[in-house]
Amino acid sequence: MSPSTTPRTPTAPPVDRTAGGAARRRRRGPRTWLAVLPLLAFTGLCFGLPLGAIAFGAVTRSDPASGATALTGEHLARSLQGPYLDSLIGSVQLSALTALIGGVLGVVIAQAVVTSGSAGLRGATLTASGVLANFGGVPLAFAFIATAGISGVVTRLADLGGLGWNLYSFTGLTVVYLYFLTPLMVLVIAPALDGLRPQWREAAQNSGATAGQFWRHVGLPVLAPSLLGGFVLLFGTAFAAHATAAALVGGSVPLVTLKIADALSGNVLTGQENVALALGLDMILIAGLVMAVYLPLQRRSARWLR
Amino acid sequence: MLSSSARRGAAVLLGAAVLTTLSACGAAPDQPAGADGAQTGKKPGAAVSAADFGSLEALTAAAQKEGQLNVIALPPDWANYGEIIKAFEAKYKIKVNSENPDASSADEIAAVKSRKGQTRAPDVLDLGIAFARSGASENLFAPYRVTAWDKIPDTQKDPEGRWYNDYGGYVSIGCDAARIPTCPQTFADLLKPEYKGKVALNGNPTKSGSAFGGVYAAALANQGSFADIQPGIDFFGRLKKSGNFIPVESTPATVEKGETPISIDWDYLNAGYAEQFKGKGVDWKVAVPTDGVFAQFYSQAINKEAPNPAAARLWMEFLYSAEGQNLWLKGHARPVLLPAMTQDGTADKDAVTQLPQVQGTPAFPASAELDQAKAALAEKWDKALS
Repeated sequence: MSPSTTPRTPTAPPVDRTAGGAARRRRRGPRTWLAVLPLLAFTGLCFGLPLGAIAFGAVTRSDPASGATALTGEHLARSLQGPYLDSLIGSVQLSALTALIGGVLGVVIAQAVVTSGSAGLRGATLTASGVLANFGGVPLAFAFIATAGISGVVTRLADLGGLGWNLYSFTGLTVVYLYFLTPLMVLVIAPALDGLRPQWREAAQNSGATAGQFWRHVGLPVLAPSLLGGFVLLFGTAFAAHATAAALVGGSVPLVTLKIADALSGNVLTGQENVALALGLDMILIAGLVMAVYLPLQRRSARWLR
Repeated sequence: MLSSSARRGAAVLLGAAVLTTLSACGAAPDQPAGADGAQTGKKPGAAVSAADFGSLEALTAAAQKEGQLNVIALPPDWANYGEIIKAFEAKYKIKVNSENPDASSADEIAAVKSRKGQTRAPDVLDLGIAFARSGASENLFAPYRVTAWDKIPDTQKDPEGRWYNDYGGYVSIGCDAARIPTCPQTFADLLKPEYKGKVALNGNPTKSGSAFGGVYAAALANQGSFADIQPGIDFFGRLKKSGNFIPVESTPATVEKGETPISIDWDYLNAGYAEQFKGKGVDWKVAVPTDGVFAQFYSQAINKEAPNPAAARLWMEFLYSAEGQNLWLKGHARPVLLPAMTQDGTADKDAVTQLPQVQGTPAFPASAELDQAKAALAEKWDKALS
């Protein structure tokens, strides 16, 4: 802890960081807590306020004539029924699948680049990944339509249609999502792979371990938090993606972001805003659940990569 | 500390400046009203007809004093809105601030609500009929009767003048004759195996108004009715199963690329594509299917708290003048006054002959039928298509 962050407690005794955690926390008490106040204020304002507004809209209904607001569970209930429930399930399925495939592909590519030892290849791959990871939305959708759509260039050349390929399906959407998720995984996992020290592998080899044993007992356990973190990031990115899917599959692959857009900013359905907010709240809860699995695991083994 | 207090001082000054500007803008519309008040005693925001200003000239003068008009959700390549805005600016020397051209009706209503009392609020709205009705029931619109009010058919306007239909068109089947040997003329045609992987809608019908119209028309073509859209949903389910339907949203880009060689859309948009893609390897033909005739109009409304109330009313007068109506007609849309203008000879005859041919007069679903159809669609569409 640096003195500049705790100027108000210059007389506090040196803290033993390895023992007596509970006592320490109590003694440092509320005054160091003040130092994080700006952060909390920022978080509260930029995350808490919108979240509060979403939650408020999701559980209330206001009468258009009188303007009176009443509490109701109707929107949340509707968001967990029929097509809305299907869209939540569809989104979770698509995000989990694409995050898994993208994660594995990303690790393999990043490992190949890192172990190649070529600075040029590494630079090129990471730069390309940085660009591709941000290539999304309608331009990406149209790029795929032009290459792999029904009358796309590649579809015709390779007769993909005859092989049962259809861009406008769950499978097609998975491939399109992998186009930006895989580079994203390369970006986040490359530094972690760098942290895997060659000495550990040498030590394992000297002790007679095979490559498989090294990965099973050393490599993967050390990388686990980063892998999981990458998966969570990919899941979240896929879960929140909207424009690409909207341009490609419309309503034929049920996705929650499409449903929210229909309800919130469409030309057809009126008075669905609160259901959209309820769906937003459902999304936040699902993202929160995924994070809740990730955080404790991450804390457990992150120290190896310092 | 010094610098931060200086900054604070600057912020206060800036705030004061903004407030002054705001109040100045807020006061501006009142001044011409005061001047007109001598004749009529009404503020522009309360005027329900041009007569309340004294005359159309007085309305024009009041609008020019405001000097600007905020519009929203008017794409320049949709029903000729680009030219309409330019013509209005040139004729009255009033600056049109066009915001978010691709916004939806829901976005428009949200802008009215969230910017209440701000100078950036939209003055006028071009809405899907359901949003016009719901907005009127939420008391968001100012009643105003344009000079041509009596010529608008009763079924196409709110009796209190809070909204009235502006232009519309028929659900049509656009088809690239350069790629498709025989273009489909009816919904029944679309099921033929030769159209495999070729039929698209302009978006998702639970979101896009024209795609919704497409499903409604398909329902009418398959023993459905305004109250029963289910046959239309089933029709697209069959189309999807046979592999004819592709769920990609048809846009000018997909049309030009040949990915959506058959696109169900409003006839004015399809007719616009025909013009746009002439000489680009796309031979776009437009047919209004005889088995499922469905027409829909959009509606105009004035924001009740329009920051430029006189300019908003002048815009309405312009749209419902022969000049404004003919500009829509030029964009292949059918303006609401077309029947009246055909009678009195003010309609642009060349533009009329360019319209896709349709038999009979269109009927429109009642409010309750529309709600019922939408509820059914929201419930059943995904299932039928997945």
